[in-house]
Amino acid sequence: MTKMISRRMALGGVAAAATAASFGLRPAMAADWRPVKPIEMVIMGGQGGGADRLARLFQSIIQKNDLSPMPILPVNKGGGSGAEALRYLKDKQGDPHVIMATLNSYYTTPLRTDIGVDIAEFTPIARMAQDTFALWVRTDSGITSLEQYVEAVRAAGGSWKMGGTGTGQEDSLLTAMLEQEFGLKYVYVPFNGGGDVAKALVGGHIDSTVNNPSEALSFAQADRVTPLGAFTAERIPAMPDVPTMRELGHDLTYEMQRSFVAPGGLSSEQTAFYQTMMGKLAEIPEWKEYAAKNALVTDLLMGEELQAYFLGEREKHAKLLASLGA
Amino acid sequence: MDMLSYLADGFAVSLSPLNLAVVLVGVTAGLFIGAMPGLGSVNGVAILLPMTFIVPPESAIIFLAAVYYGAMYGGAISSILLGIPGASTAVATTFDGRPMAQKGEAGLALIAAAVASFVGGTISVVLFTILAAPLAEFALAFGPPEEFALVLLAFTTFVGLGGDDVVKTMMMILFGLALSTVGLDMISGNPRLVFFDLPGFYSGISFLILAIGVYGVGEVLWTIEETRGSPKVMNARIGFRDLVDGVKKLGRTVRTMTMGSVLGFFVGVLPAAGATPAALMAYGLARSGSKNPENFGKGEVEGVVAPEAANNAASTGSLLPMLTLGIPGSPTTALLLGGMVMWGLTPGPMLFIEQPGFVWGLISSLYTANVFAVIVNIALIPLFVWALRMPFPVLTAVVLTLCVVGGYAPNARMHDVWMIVLFGFGAFVLRKTNYPMAPLVLALVLGPLMEQSLRQSLISSQGDMTTFFTRPISGTLMAISVILFALPIIKRLRSAGALKPAQ
Amino acid sequence: MRIAELATALVLMGLSVWFMVLATALPIGWVPEAGPGGGAFPFWLSAGMFVCAALILWRETRVAPRFKRVAIFIHPAASGQMAVAAGGLVAMVALLPLVGAYIAIPAFMIGYLKVIGKTGWVTPILLSVGTVLFMFFFFEVSLKILLPKGWTEPWFYPLYAMFF
Repeated sequence: MTKMISRRMALGGVAAAATAASFGLRPAMAADWRPVKPIEMVIMGGQGGGADRLARLFQSIIQKNDLSPMPILPVNKGGGSGAEALRYLKDKQGDPHVIMATLNSYYTTPLRTDIGVDIAEFTPIARMAQDTFALWVRTDSGITSLEQYVEAVRAAGGSWKMGGTGTGQEDSLLTAMLEQEFGLKYVYVPFNGGGDVAKALVGGHIDSTVNNPSEALSFAQADRVTPLGAFTAERIPAMPDVPTMRELGHDLTYEMQRSFVAPGGLSSEQTAFYQTMMGKLAEIPEWKEYAAKNALVTDLLMGEELQAYFLGEREKHAKLLASLGA
Repeated sequence: MDMLSYLADGFAVSLSPLNLAVVLVGVTAGLFIGAMPGLGSVNGVAILLPMTFIVPPESAIIFLAAVYYGAMYGGAISSILLGIPGASTAVATTFDGRPMAQKGEAGLALIAAAVASFVGGTISVVLFTILAAPLAEFALAFGPPEEFALVLLAFTTFVGLGGDDVVKTMMMILFGLALSTVGLDMISGNPRLVFFDLPGFYSGISFLILAIGVYGVGEVLWTIEETRGSPKVMNARIGFRDLVDGVKKLGRTVRTMTMGSVLGFFVGVLPAAGATPAALMAYGLARSGSKNPENFGKGEVEGVVAPEAANNAASTGSLLPMLTLGIPGSPTTALLLGGMVMWGLTPGPMLFIEQPGFVWGLISSLYTANVFAVIVNIALIPLFVWALRMPFPVLTAVVLTLCVVGGYAPNARMHDVWMIVLFGFGAFVLRKTNYPMAPLVLALVLGPLMEQSLRQSLISSQGDMTTFFTRPISGTLMAISVILFALPIIKRLRSAGALKPAQ
Repeated sequence: MRIAELATALVLMGLSVWFMVLATALPIGWVPEAGPGGGAFPFWLSAGMFVCAALILWRETRVAPRFKRVAIFIHPAASGQMAVAAGGLVAMVALLPLVGAYIAIPAFMIGYLKVIGKTGWVTPILLSVGTVLFMFFFFEVSLKILLPKGWTEPWFYPLYAMFF
């Protein structure tokens, strides 16, 4: 049995969230591992980006529901498309008080530049969600179907502007996939983040995007942008009227995973602690609601299966990058 | 009027005891966080985000907005007292705030900053209330070419900042711009200028690190050397009477304050621009519009008032595209946006229609946040001024410690702390050899935006440079830049011409 | 003073050359239909730095130093104190990851005040205790920003359990 002590803290009068801290590990439970100091949550992106926002959401839910006896402290290490975070995690080999929130740069960054990191050495914890992508155009462009779109891009003769978040990023891979599938040529204009891309589309500075639905959905509701197709296997629940690319006869699917990993060399008890925590997190209604609203697919994946998934995805991206010459 | 009734409903929300308490706590916490060198509004909002789960969503967002506001007020405190800008938005405040503190007028400078922040905040909230809808559309028209033109404008309002040595000023601008390219090339996704292959350089050189190094460590060394190691303690004292006198003295700066507020608001509304260029432009304009521009940089109160009014106005302005379009204009508003999404409020064009209660509650809470922030700030001024009267060795020990801890805190990187030491020593040498520091810091702040918007524009236009001049908004901004750049030259030619006939 | 001026210009020239070399890892020219390449900005800015530094150097070697400020680089009266401040700072930063903030920072403060302030023990100790409490309660407990602890880390486990 553990004795729970909870204490209210104040910051110059700020009522801080009451955190319950458990005291004194008892011999009977010695097999269970518990963190003895705050857990660092490394984020592979800068403050305010999509990865950051989701990681901080997880942190808040964990804190609010007392899923961890020690606070989770987010630290942004977004430099070099996540290279900084990956190197950091490698240096933390065997440290059980560090976890990392990942996205697809988890495999693309080590593939694109040699940073001396092999992701197979890290400890996978859980894949919380997969973010989806769709093809968007401005509503006043008058384009309502994929055929019209392909026609228009072709007519533009290579000057069609596709917005994205940077060469080598997920949306540039998708853009390149579109180019290959339809034999098109785009001008790819990189922006700082998905929000900027969506805004540039609405403002008429670019002609189409492959935004995540969470970034563009509110503009679609205001009838400023129109989704033409989803890059998913099934229709996205948040936009049931939008056909998938597969339905339209083109086998184009791509997802962005949102997972947690830990440094290599963790004991099975340590890994189990984080897996239990993330398993509980996945069941919390707040998270489910958020995921539904933002068109995230939430199939939880852990342990060996997750590692197999990561390595499979790395393989896939290696091929993708090679075939695109990126 | 529709809007007034909405606003009245909003006040019904924001004047509830819970929300008033939340605003008070938020601005106070923000004030202290902002006053730490190294920590600014981004850190404040990020750190306090999870704490807001104990209150209902509306109050949570109001709390975060109050923290944001408080931190904007607080940034001026470290700029004035220590000469270290707590955030890039407060750089311009150091130019005259620090000299004022050195003249023993720290109290007046702090009051001026607080009052200007209040005026800036209030004017901009009023503008926000009236203009929210039309301005959102205007912000959308702002693409990469316009952003580039705006950065260029911010630079030109600043030409000549470094004093007389043009070559050295140019040198520092180029140096700052070159440092701003360290890290990742956003466009191609490749790393560049990663010195010694240190992973710390992957994320580039943060403005804060340079500013803490230059204005913290460098300044301490400079002060020791200049005073031969025995500076006299600043005899800053402040009582209630001084506070009242201070506020009275500010009467003559009303014009500057208003200019800064209006300019700040409109620049803040533009996505990507935000409060830093706004504050710089306001400072530049205040100087060129002043009767005695030679006093600027030597402790002119208008040099504090203009940027402080502008940066607070801009921070309100940048809430506008966030709420109406879901586009964050700065990292802080991006976090606020994240917070709203967490609570199931989706910012964007539909928010004003679907959640008017929340939106107007938030807007009206900005009024109360301003009132609280100015009261708390002024009430604490004697405390801050008292801190300045510490014996010199104590003060330097505290400042150096704050530099180290403040540099480490935002990203938990020892690399950053070493960079502070390096920049501090480098800045001392450069200052001794008469290189101006302000252009260096400014160039590092504006560099990334400048390069990115330039390259985005050229990619979009397929390498065609005329894109900057043919688009109406960017063309206008470019024209203003050219005029501002040419003006001092024309003035000089004119005065030379005027002298001749007299001879 | 003049030597300092010349040396600074030379160092800046060297720095700009280094930047230019590093920048050439990416294309530095005009990429057709896409504007400047990834290395262009850093390369040409550094090239500009080089030109400016060269100009300063040329001006310095040419113009007689008659209208220069008559000053020396570091006044002897200040050099001792500056060395303590700079050396203390470097020592503190070097110790930070090893012995942690809660030893390195008080050690710096006490050392600095004893050497420079020539104070008794009361001021430095009060200041150190105040700083330590402030760091722990403001940064760690309230803001949840962990400071480096080095090998003192285990000492903090009970404190973490109490306050988090």
